[in-house]
Amino acid sequence: MTHVPDVQTTGAGAPRTVSEVTTTLTVNGEQRTVSADPRVTLLDALRDRLGLTGTKKGCDQGACGACTVHVDGKRVLACLTLAAQCEGREVATIDGLGRDGEPHPLQKAFVDHDGFQCGYCTPGQIMSAVALLEEGRTRTDVEIREFMSGNLCRCGAYPNIVAAIRQVASEGGSDARL
Amino acid sequence: MRAFEYVRAADVDAAVATVTDDPFASYLAGGTTQVDLMKDGVLAPERLVDITRLPLHGIEHGPDTIHVGALTTMEELAADPTVVARLPIVREALLLGASTQLRNMATIGGNLLQRTRCRYFRDPSVPACNKRSPGSGCAAVTGAARMHAILGVSDRCIALHASDVAVALVALNAVVRIQGDQGRRSVPLTEFYLESAEDPVAENMLAHGELITGIEIPLLPEGARSGYLKVRDRVSYEFALVSAGVALVIEDGVIQDARIGLGGVGSKPWRARSAEEVLIGAPPAVETYRAAAAAALAGAWTVPGTAFKVELAQRTLVRTLQNVTEVSS
Repeated sequence: MTHVPDVQTTGAGAPRTVSEVTTTLTVNGEQRTVSADPRVTLLDALRDRLGLTGTKKGCDQGACGACTVHVDGKRVLACLTLAAQCEGREVATIDGLGRDGEPHPLQKAFVDHDGFQCGYCTPGQIMSAVALLEEGRTRTDVEIREFMSGNLCRCGAYPNIVAAIRQVASEGGSDARL
Repeated sequence: MRAFEYVRAADVDAAVATVTDDPFASYLAGGTTQVDLMKDGVLAPERLVDITRLPLHGIEHGPDTIHVGALTTMEELAADPTVVARLPIVREALLLGASTQLRNMATIGGNLLQRTRCRYFRDPSVPACNKRSPGSGCAAVTGAARMHAILGVSDRCIALHASDVAVALVALNAVVRIQGDQGRRSVPLTEFYLESAEDPVAENMLAHGELITGIEIPLLPEGARSGYLKVRDRVSYEFALVSAGVALVIEDGVIQDARIGLGGVGSKPWRARSAEEVLIGAPPAVETYRAAAAAALAGAWTVPGTAFKVELAQRTLVRTLQNVTEVSS
């Protein structure tokens, strides 16, 4: 891993030396260690340090949902989470969902229902949808739309996204866990 | 983003001491405002004290009050059975307040301290912002004002406090528990916030280093009716143009008690006591609601971009009162 040198603060106070923070966390069931400047977000740590590029950087300001991952079983935004905050946490990303040739039921449903066009928001949509099933918020299309509203799709695939989630929910969603 | 030191607090006392002793330190909880504004260059702390592992988590249930630890997330508070049963105004405000991802991150203490969404405050390339750079002016007053405030404002700053749940909590007479290096104190939320008309910079009465440790929320009496209505530019996942949180106690055909909070209109979460005075002692009727709404907005100060909010806020308050009392037009 590339060593990032210590940096100095440059704000209003007297300069102080900032060291890397070493963070050990579990990602998709594997223990991983990241040593990084405290500014590094979980999103950048996953993509740039751990090589897990499935999670996407959209707005990078908490507005679009493209970076949705699960931390300790809850869906959160990786772009507004500092990697250093994840010491000891369990992180699940789209990269750990399904296997080659054996897509997760939601991945298959998104394909079956054409639940994307460009596909950039899709990892976040699917990680949100997996959480949605666990939260039990798939009883109606209205409920699916409301509780998926933190994931934007600029291609406008919303009707097909809802259809994909509805299909998995109607099949019980029992095999739709992580 | 400016470089900063990252420190994980060992306990509450140590966290408070660390931030109090360092004028360039800030707390880090859910991070949904803090990290965002640090990326934008609006906030530039040189040390972040991560408090997320402190024992300030969870909800204690008393007979008349719930005590919510400051690190309880929005999602956890919305799911609390007592909140579901007794405080629908709080639950609705929370669920309408952010996406599930943000609700899983954002803490209730941090929610109260969220910063304004004013686009000029959030863009350091705009020179005129009295909140960011005191004395520099206000770009919003002559700019693209829409998501801005009309109550408790002046031509020095029209920034809006965008919290939904704080609107419900000011209506409910919630109390903030605070710990500082000099000890602990409790402050009613209605006295916690400061209007930007007084000072665009100081948004609340916390001193540097003081930490919100919890919030006490008095339960509504059995039989009280409450609800929260949010009007926005899209159906979901958007800040309020205007919103209203109301709680009423009606007995013998007369409104015995009324609590009104308004969102999307104030430089602080707005408690509309003038509207409450109109309602209390009157029968639940649309004419009464209209009079109350007119009283609530009597002090509005608008610019061309925000003028529509005076009428919209009144209609939203009337509709919310109608909804909870099932009074038709």
